[in-house]
Amino acid sequence: MAYQFEFADVFAYWPELLRGALHTLVLSGLAMVIGMVVAVLGALGKTSGPRWLQWILDAYIEVIRNTPFLIQIFMIYFGLPAAGVRLSSETAALLALVVNVGAYGIEIIRAGIESISKGQIEAGKSLGLRPLQIFRYIILKPSIQAIYPSLTSQFILLMLNSSVCSAIAAGELTAAAGDIQSRNFRSFEVYFVVTCMYFAMSVLFWGAFAAIERAWLRKPSLR
Amino acid sequence: MAMPQAATAPGPDSPGSELGDVIIEMKKVNKWYGTFHVLHDVDLQVRRGERIVICGPSGSGKSTLIRCLNQLEEHQQGEIVVDGVTLNAHMPRIDVVRREIGMVFQSFNLFPHLTALENCMLAPMKVRGLSREEAERIARTYLERVHIPEQAGKFPVQLSGGQQQRVAIARSLCMNPKIMLFDEATSALDPEMVNEVLDVMVSLAESGMTMLVVTHEMGFARRVADRVIFMDAGEIVESAPPSQFFANPQNERTRQFLGQILSGNRTPAPA
Ligand SMILES: Nc1ncnc2c1ncn2[C@@H]1O[C@H](COP(=O)(O)OP(=O)(O)OP(=O)(O)O)[C@@H](O)[C@H]1O
Ligand SMILES: [Mg+2]
Repeated sequence: MAYQFEFADVFAYWPELLRGALHTLVLSGLAMVIGMVVAVLGALGKTSGPRWLQWILDAYIEVIRNTPFLIQIFMIYFGLPAAGVRLSSETAALLALVVNVGAYGIEIIRAGIESISKGQIEAGKSLGLRPLQIFRYIILKPSIQAIYPSLTSQFILLMLNSSVCSAIAAGELTAAAGDIQSRNFRSFEVYFVVTCMYFAMSVLFWGAFAAIERAWLRKPSLR
Repeated sequence: MAMPQAATAPGPDSPGSELGDVIIEMKKVNKWYGTFHVLHDVDLQVRRGERIVICGPSGSGKSTLIRCLNQLEEHQQGEIVVDGVTLNAHMPRIDVVRREIGMVFQSFNLFPHLTALENCMLAPMKVRGLSREEAERIARTYLERVHIPEQAGKFPVQLSGGQQQRVAIARSLCMNPKIMLFDEATSALDPEMVNEVLDVMVSLAESGMTMLVVTHEMGFARRVADRVIFMDAGEIVESAPPSQFFANPQNERTRQFLGQILSGNRTPAPA
């Protein structure tokens, strides 16, 4: 007997799916913004911080880049309570995503910083700018411009990776999907729809990244 | 904001008399890159308003010398005093000295993400604390002085080399520096753009700015220098007013160098 596709059973759960998708968007968006701050500060520390800080950052980056994301989530959600820090599944998911994207982001932005020529920094010094002013007004924006495609790809990966957060029931789209298919037994239909929704969210983020590039990266920028 | 005016425009052969007090003093300065001894016992005194051209073969230490004056390079021995401040590598506020010393590089080094105007406004706003309006007014004044007010809104990539270098000069002048350093400012330019930059440098020299100019443009040296310095192998070999320097060099190494450079010089000396 041929399988009968039954999408009506999925669309009955539309509000739940939308809530899950919105959750994914907010969770990933927040993680991107906070992760960006971590990445910029970390890259600054790695390129011009004291030795001990560089060492700590190296350890952080290597641990994160060489362990599974799922285990990182478990460490934060199930491991931290042992150290007396109990987080809600939402907060744990956000923290895990930030910690993860931060490590990759530091390395990406550091590569951008290292692409800036020595002459730029010397010009800044000669004008009497101080080291942090040179970083903020001369190095930062061209660095981000140089590595913008890698950075945005990493952010898309982060959004897709957020589906792993369903493992701690963080209430995002994949968790919602799991919930629904356990009730209507329409796993193929549910995951097919969810696939389309992830794809649509990726397109949405790519669009946002392109808009940011047009509005900020290519425009005069002295504030 | 006016540049200091020399009382009279001194001819190239009248050094000393119209010049002010000593603004740069180097005493027995030595510098090494690792074990390589780049500067040997360099002694140099520059007076306010003086225009000095530094020439010499490649690798003789010309760039290193002027980069020590704003401590882009540190020296290991000897004393460098700039406008009353003794420089050393570990001074906490070297930026306070640097803001009074403009520097123009061979490779322009404009900030690519800022327009010509913004390149000129950045330091006045962030270092001098001027308002955006005041910084913009000054920036426009100097872009006009280097003859490119109409390029204010363009980004560096949209400008020719000569235009970029003139923006770089304007950017330094916007800080109203007491000293201007030029490190082969025209060497990276196509020949047809050399003169537009030299013209700006000549008019700056005529306005009474204290200038140290590393260049192989001997026409420029003849026209505006109070003194020409010849360096070889990290030493100041000869230092004399241009008339004497070119007509009657004392040192054999200077004679050799002049023989080579004048036979192949790109720009003829102005009449
Ligand atoms: N950062 C550095 N590390 C090691 N050696 C250096 C460094 N910078 C310059 N040197 C060496 O020091 C010497 C003097 O260099 P400098 O750039 O001052 O010469 P220059 O007279 O300006 O030469 P040019 O006309 O080629 O610009 C050269 O032999 C150069 O190779
Ligand atoms: Mg040089």
